Amino acid sequence: MRRVLLRVLFVLALPVLLVAGWWAASDGSTNVFWPPLRTILKTFPDVWTADRLKDDVLPSLLRLTAGYACAAVVGVALGTVIGSYRRVRAFCEPVLEFLRAVPPPVLVPVIMLFAGIGDTMKIAVIASGCVWPVLLNTVEGVRAVDPVMAETAKSYGISGVARLKDVVLRSASPQIFAGLRQALSIGIILMVISEMFAASNGIGFTVVQFQRSFAIPDMWTGILVLGLLGFVLSVVFQVVERRMLGWYHGLRASARRSP
Amino acid sequence: MKGQTAVNAALGAAGLVVFLALGEAVPRLGLVKEAYFPPASRIADALADEFADDTFWTALGDTLTGWALGLLIASGAGIVAGIVISVVPYLREATASTIEFLRPIPSVALIPLAVLLYGTELESVLILVVYASFWQVLVQVLYGVQDVDPVAEETARSYGLGTWARVRHVLWPTALPYVMTGVRLAAAVALILAVTAELVIGAPGLGQRIAVAQNSQAVPEMYALVVVTGLLGLLINVGARAVERRALAWHQSVRGEVAV
Repeated sequence: MRRVLLRVLFVLALPVLLVAGWWAASDGSTNVFWPPLRTILKTFPDVWTADRLKDDVLPSLLRLTAGYACAAVVGVALGTVIGSYRRVRAFCEPVLEFLRAVPPPVLVPVIMLFAGIGDTMKIAVIASGCVWPVLLNTVEGVRAVDPVMAETAKSYGISGVARLKDVVLRSASPQIFAGLRQALSIGIILMVISEMFAASNGIGFTVVQFQRSFAIPDMWTGILVLGLLGFVLSVVFQVVERRMLGWYHGLRASARRSP
Repeated sequence: MKGQTAVNAALGAAGLVVFLALGEAVPRLGLVKEAYFPPASRIADALADEFADDTFWTALGDTLTGWALGLLIASGAGIVAGIVISVVPYLREATASTIEFLRPIPSVALIPLAVLLYGTELESVLILVVYASFWQVLVQVLYGVQDVDPVAEETARSYGLGTWARVRHVLWPTALPYVMTGVRLAAAVALILAVTAELVIGAPGLGQRIAVAQNSQAVPEMYALVVVTGLLGLLINVGARAVERRALAWHQSVRGEVAV
């Protein structure tokens, strides 16, 4: 019981302290850019109403999901092909090294040429930025399949889809998830930027609108929403990862216990 | 082994050639509009024009300044914070939840604030770059410190080494490979955020030049600048890996790589 209490204390103490510090330091602040936390929190429910959630947050999330899903499918599929054949890998490597080094946000103006400023543009931007970490990590993961396991599967006559699903992708999945995690944070960045660049709805668009119209407390609530969104998505990702990779974490834990 | 490397290099070169040839052929054959995607040769021409232009080099310098300063501040702060958090008792447990909460916050959320506070000044770029890359370094330092061999730590304690000596001789060498990984990741992230800040906020640099090229419909120039940012990213990745290998020449993970 004491230990649980202590843990709760450790988890909550600093955040509470920081928020209290912010509250105290900003209370009575007359600086336009740093409104009191009290004002920000009071504005929050007025700004982020159910309508706004439906009109701005939902479209953003749908675009992020669509782009991210495209990137995941394409990245894993291409990565599996490239990772499976040594020649293909050598052939593609320099080009891939270059393409992944391009900072994804510069794709926004390029893709705008092709796709205008609609949803297609934003989904394409998110997908084309997220695909690289997934692709490269899949290549590495597929390449590093344990040779003993691959040979064993072969001698048991496991081939085709079963081999792909139960041997190759299964053993590459920890790496693939590492790529997906990187891709998620890039995806959020691109979601926000593509909306700041050109949009008529979305979280990024709303926040910039507040800033341009000098609605400073409203803008702060937008920053808070973006921060919360990033946090929630990363928690969701962790939950999914723990479910999907439960076998792997278990394996590693037992390997560490008995060296 | 050597023959294999040569074959790989030849294949890689062939891949690049095919990539460039596709970039030339696809617009020429009319598969996509030339106005949207100019042939590779026209992009190369535009690139040559950029290289001859003084303002291009100023923009490149601006981008690199933002990147380097931001990376330096973030790395320094990340390393110091990481070591302090792991050395001071209970600090690690107390900060864990806060770090887990702050880390996934997308740094682009700070764009409106940066615009209000600093407009298109360098500080705007620095806010975004430092926020994004700080966490990369900090988290790696914390991982690295966790990896310290308990026997080495206990030995150092029983020989009466003080806190500072233990940080210097036990903790730091163990954490260094992780620190290097963190700085390498941070270098890539810092470039992304530096270009983003220029593109979205309009701080001077390559990103702002891309935005200008886009607004004035100078499509080949825009592609040329995108290629420049890609090359820059490539140089940073390759450079960071080289630095890592040099600084860690004594470490197993690097020695293993060379031996194979």
